[in-house]
Order: sequence, then C-alpha cells, then structure tokens
Amino acid sequence: MISWFPLAEAPVPEGGLFDFDATLPLMAIQVVVLTFILNKLFFQPVGKVVEEREGFVTTSHKDAKERLAQVQRLEQDLKGQLQKARQDAQAVIAAAEDEVATLYKSALAEAKSSATRLREQARADMEAQRSAAAAALTKQSRQLADLIIQRLIAV
Amino acid sequence: MLLQTLLPLAEALPASDPELMVEESHGLEIGQHFYWRLGQLDLHGQIFLSSWILIGALLTIVVAGTRRMGRKPAGLQNLLEFLWDYIRNLSREQIGEAAYRDWMPFIGTLFLFIFFCNWGGALVPWRLVRLPSGELGAPTGDINTTVALALLVSLAYFYAGLSRKGLRYFEYYVEPTPIMLPFKIVEDFTKPLSLSFRLFGNIMADELTVSVLVLLLPLFVPLPMMFLGLFTSAIQALIFATLAAYYIGEAVHEEHA
Repeated sequence: MISWFPLAEAPVPEGGLFDFDATLPLMAIQVVVLTFILNKLFFQPVGKVVEEREGFVTTSHKDAKERLAQVQRLEQDLKGQLQKARQDAQAVIAAAEDEVATLYKSALAEAKSSATRLREQARADMEAQRSAAAAALTKQSRQLADLIIQRLIAV
Repeated sequence: MLLQTLLPLAEALPASDPELMVEESHGLEIGQHFYWRLGQLDLHGQIFLSSWILIGALLTIVVAGTRRMGRKPAGLQNLLEFLWDYIRNLSREQIGEAAYRDWMPFIGTLFLFIFFCNWGGALVPWRLVRLPSGELGAPTGDINTTVALALLVSLAYFYAGLSRKGLRYFEYYVEPTPIMLPFKIVEDFTKPLSLSFRLFGNIMADELTVSVLVLLLPLFVPLPMMFLGLFTSAIQALIFATLAAYYIGEAVHEEHA
C-alpha cells in the first residue's frame, strides 16, 4: 500500500474486480498516444515500403507483359516475312524453270528449223548441181555425139 | 529459472523459503490493486507498469524492424510487413475500400496493443516482480483497460460516421425502417459493453483458471490450460480489432453508394 504522493492523504480504496477509477481515462489517453506513435513509427513507414514494392511489382509485371506481347508481335511478323520470302523464292524458282523451259524449247525449235533449212538448202544445191551436171553432161554428150557424127560424115 | 520461464504463472519462489511459500499459497489475489495516487485520483499502478513494459517491447520491435527497410525485406521487416498486411486486410474487409486508410492505424494499434497485453500477460513471468499489493499481469485483465478501449471504439465510430457523412450519419438509425430506432440506440450501449466485457472476461478467466490450477497442481497440469489461454488471447485480440473495424465500417457505410 504505497502512496506515491504522500501529501494527498486519503484512504486507500478497497479494490475489487470492477474497481473503476482514473486508470480508465489515462489508459484511453495512453492508447490514443500509442496510436499516433505507431502510426508514425510503424504504419506509415511500413505502408510506404509495402506499397512501393506493390507498385514496383505491378509495373514490372505490366512491363514484362508488354515486352512479351512485343516479342510475340515481332515473332509473328518475322514468321510472316519468312513465309513471304519462301513463297517469293518458290515463285522465282518456278519462273526461272519456266523461262529455262521456254528458252530450251525456242532454242530447240530454232535449231530444228535451221537444221531443216540447211538440209533443204543443201538438197536444193545438190539438186541444182545435179541438174547442172546432168545438163552439162547432156550437152557434152551431144557435142560428143555431134563430133562423132561429123567425123563419121567426114570420113 | 528455466521452469519459471516456461511456466510464467507457476510458483516462482524457491521451496526453501517456507514463510514465503505460505504467504504465496493462500494468495489468489483477485481484485487487489497496487494503487498509485495522483492528486485526488487513484490509479491501478500494476496495470500501467505492465502496459508500459509491453508497449516498450512493442515499440522496440517496431523501431528495430523499421530501421533499415528495403524493397527486399529481411529479418524483422518480414514480421512487421506481415502484421501490416494482416491489419490492412482486416480493416479493408470490414471498413471498405473508401475509408479504411484513415482507420487502419487505430485498428492496428488496438490489435497490437491487445495482442501484446494478452500474450505478455501470459508469457512474461510477472511473479518474479513482487508488488506491495496486487500483482502484475495482463493489462487487459483489468476492467478499466477494456472499458477504455471499448469507449475509444465507440468514440471512433461516432467520429467516423459524423465526419464522413455529417448529420446524415443518423439516417443509419432509421434504416432500413424507423422501427429499428430503439434497437440501434440500445446497440450503441451494448457495443462497448460487450466489447469490454468479452475481453475482460476472457483474459481474467484465463488468468484465474491458470492460477487456480497452479495453486492446486503446480507443475505440468496447467500447461494445456496455458496453451488454450494463448489461443484465446490471440483470438480475443482479433475479435476486438475486427469488431471495432466492423463498427466503424457500419458507421461510414454509404447506403446509396
């Protein structure tokens, strides 16, 4: 039973479970003060850190998503380009093949026609020479015959 | 010493001191207080002493944990962030997205203070400190503390409602029908009453049960009761904070949002 303030002399209360006194308002004030202290020391700083991190995670997540989307877009793009390049190459090959075939055909045709022409010409030459030779032969044989006849007559 | 640490409420005195044993053994000190006198006012000194020690412990953890905080939490920061997140979820669920930020420190302080008082009352070997009268224990085992907390909650939800909605706050009393008016008025009295008596009763009863068991069978028998006490203590802190948040949420709730 200690009286911390000996000047205030009053009988010490009897106590009991439901002994209400100045403990109540002082405890309330203490809790309110504690609320302000904890707000400054705990809730604000921790909240700041946690919310900053949440913001960081959200932005990073969004960023990563954006990048992923970009990568996918690029991939799609490149795939398209590759496809197109393949088709182009296919077309070029086909065109080249076509051209070669046409060139071959035309060259073949030209060669055939020139060969035919050459043969025709050669044949015509041959005919002409043969007929010329035949004519000359006929002529000579006629001259020879004339000569023979003259000689015979002369004899 | 180890035994005293493990069994905080067990007899903390050496058996070789029979005189003290006798004094101790008939001492279930219910309703005895260590009075301080402040002018004309009487105070329960043991409540303030133990609450200062526990608040000191709480602030020490908080200060130590928030000293070097980084984006990547380490050590105590993890615990504090867990608590912070827990309290935020609790207040956000009960109060709602719009107003929970204003009230989170209050709800959190209630939760932490009550939790520390309850657990501190059960885990700290208070009996090692002998007071001239009364004994140190959980500050929440005193009706003054719990009524103070409950009245703060009442003030808080009135203030929350009035500051957010002005006089429209009183529409709450006649919603959904004016028949509710008397019930809602009675509720304003029953809310602090039930809050304070629930907490006080649970903690008081837990301490009492453990002391009686310790008195009868000092060694291992009270252990399960002590674990149960720790469990109830945590639950009571949660209940008190949740209800406080719920009452505030009810007061700031917009019917036609």
